[in-house]
Amino acid sequence: MRQTSLFDPAFLRPILAFLRPILIDAAKAAGIATLLTVFMVGIRTVDNPQGLQAEYRFDDVFTAVAIVFFGRIALSLLSGGRVLAGLVVVGGFSAWMLIALLTVGETGIGLLPKPFASTVVCWIVTLAAIGFSLRGFFLLTRGDKGAPAVFKEEGALSLRRMTPWIGAALILFAFVMPWFDFANRRIMDMAVLVLTYVMLGWGLNIVVGLAGLLDLGYVAFYAVGAYTFALTSFYFDLGFWVALPVCGAMTAFFGVMLGFPVLRLRGDYLAIVTLGFGEIIRVILINWWWFTGGPDGIRGIPRPTFFGMEFRRKPREGEETFHSFFDLDYSSVDRIVYLYYIILLLALITNLFTMRMRRLPVGRAWEALREDEVACRALGINPVNTKLTAFGLGAMFGGFAGCFFAARQGFISPESFTFIESAVILAIVVLGGLGSQIGVVIASILLIGVPELFRELQEYRMLAFGGGMVLVMVWRPRGLLSHRDPTVRLFKGRRTKSARPSEGTA
Amino acid sequence: MNKVLTIENVQTFYGHIQALHGVSLDVDEGEIATLIGANGAGKSTLLMTICGDPQARSGRIVYKGEEITGKPTYEIMRMGIAQSPEGRRIFPRMTVLENLQIGATILGPDRFEEDLAKVYELFPILKERERQRGGTLSGGEQQMLAIGRALMSRPRLLLLDEPSLGIAPLIVKRIFEAIRRINEEEKMTIFLVEQNAHHALRLAHRGYVMVNGRIQLTGSGRDLLANPEVRAAYLEGGR
Repeated sequence: MRQTSLFDPAFLRPILAFLRPILIDAAKAAGIATLLTVFMVGIRTVDNPQGLQAEYRFDDVFTAVAIVFFGRIALSLLSGGRVLAGLVVVGGFSAWMLIALLTVGETGIGLLPKPFASTVVCWIVTLAAIGFSLRGFFLLTRGDKGAPAVFKEEGALSLRRMTPWIGAALILFAFVMPWFDFANRRIMDMAVLVLTYVMLGWGLNIVVGLAGLLDLGYVAFYAVGAYTFALTSFYFDLGFWVALPVCGAMTAFFGVMLGFPVLRLRGDYLAIVTLGFGEIIRVILINWWWFTGGPDGIRGIPRPTFFGMEFRRKPREGEETFHSFFDLDYSSVDRIVYLYYIILLLALITNLFTMRMRRLPVGRAWEALREDEVACRALGINPVNTKLTAFGLGAMFGGFAGCFFAARQGFISPESFTFIESAVILAIVVLGGLGSQIGVVIASILLIGVPELFRELQEYRMLAFGGGMVLVMVWRPRGLLSHRDPTVRLFKGRRTKSARPSEGTA
Repeated sequence: MNKVLTIENVQTFYGHIQALHGVSLDVDEGEIATLIGANGAGKSTLLMTICGDPQARSGRIVYKGEEITGKPTYEIMRMGIAQSPEGRRIFPRMTVLENLQIGATILGPDRFEEDLAKVYELFPILKERERQRGGTLSGGEQQMLAIGRALMSRPRLLLLDEPSLGIAPLIVKRIFEAIRRINEEEKMTIFLVEQNAHHALRLAHRGYVMVNGRIQLTGSGRDLLANPEVRAAYLEGGR
């Protein structure tokens, strides 16, 4: 520090010159934020007994604009290399939020305004800001930007090595979970839901992750599976276990049917056609009312039985129920736990199947096709068959999941199979990292499980969804776990024969 | 000599634009034939036409006495023809070993180890890089991988599209040496498309010069190398 007065113009001028563009920039951003929020946030129409009236919420507008203004300053400082200054702004904000949240009172410091009405949202924002400050702090202490990157690489590498163990631990946990105390009915219901999406994600991963065919209409196969079971049980009185393979075959057939016309398409064009296919199925289900029940759906779909025994309090005439056969007390959770194990097994089968396929020539051809179709043809791979198997198999697993869904709900209608479902499943695959099996699990928990836990925040779900997507695109543009494990063991004995001498060269 | 490949009066179009104006040429069993010519002469088009992508609009392509005009690419490639495409087109996110495994897709696993050993013997660097991703290899290594991948299907006719493209001269030498060895040791017929006329003609038993979609000159490699027209156009002049 030089020995100058704080208000000496010679000392102030460079600071002002430095701050001027940043402040102007921030003011512009705040102006845009004002324009955007003043009508959408600031004015709200309320349906009063006196008629429609406007309610003004300009304090919310003010907080939003203030956040944008200071956030913009922090961002400019950070990106301008002024980490310390940015840190002061973000840190100050998080400190303010933290104090405002921790002190509740009528006087003094407790009156600090909180920008959001919901305490939980305040906490999330605060934690994010604290995270930012910590990151800035580390950047500062480490000196250069290179250090964290190396750290990240190492971390990713060790994480990669641990992946099989993490997977095994997760599976083990999944198997024993119902026996824990915390696994009440709500948790189990949620687990079943998450696992359904895990299975759908794994199924779609075959098509999108491995074969690289962007499918926006995957829900169509889910619907076909569900309706196949519902209709076969309704018209032919088939049970869940008999209908399951029927559903798989039916959806695989539908997958191939869709595959044929779209074989020549790639990328966005393929996405649009598959999107259309998803809608076609839904519209048919709605309009073919005398066969599918139309918008009313189908009810009374039989539940899965345990070797012919039902899960109900009172057995039917001449039949035994699960709890009476095993001499247990009746508990409604039993049925959920049973469903949980069914979907867990189905999902694991999907996973095993996919992992196995990747090591076979067909799976290899899928991946090669994703990378370079021309080269594939030049190597004698038939792209038609390869794509069709990917479509068919991917669809088949969607069909199994659909069959399970119908059996679990007992009632299905076309409403369950809208485009948003396809989008969510695709988001799970993309977020998890294309082709990554464990990534799908993590993404399903994040996208399905977490929103179920925070029911309170339902209004903010889409906001969080979008924000999360943006963050993933910024930090991990290829998905949470984008690593692709080489499948070294295509041919038997390969590893044992030649792996050892060449180890260590990579 | 037995003709492996006969091309008769082939015309190929891209939409309305004619790329090949009635090309005819032969490749004999066990020889290295090369096709040289300037950029845009239609060399790669001819090679791709042999593979059926794009397909010839008229004319005949006969491989070992069987007409292959109009067959889909993957069927042609299953008849004992293999190709190292222009720009190499290896699978960048897959390892070297996986790339080679895909090359062996149509043969199946039975003789994989044996063929793999052969490729590694030909290009020892690939063995060192076995577990590396294709995309992380240097241009020369990628070209070796592309050739090795083509060899994995045990072809009788190997089509090479500009193996010297964008590769350091020293590595080009090594690659051409490997091509010569494949030809001599495996008795494999090779059809080589090149812009690098000097190297190609020295290696080839027979050469064709293509200009604007037509075959302009034919002769043994050595004759063409000595031909003043060829020398002026492809050896001393522009390049």
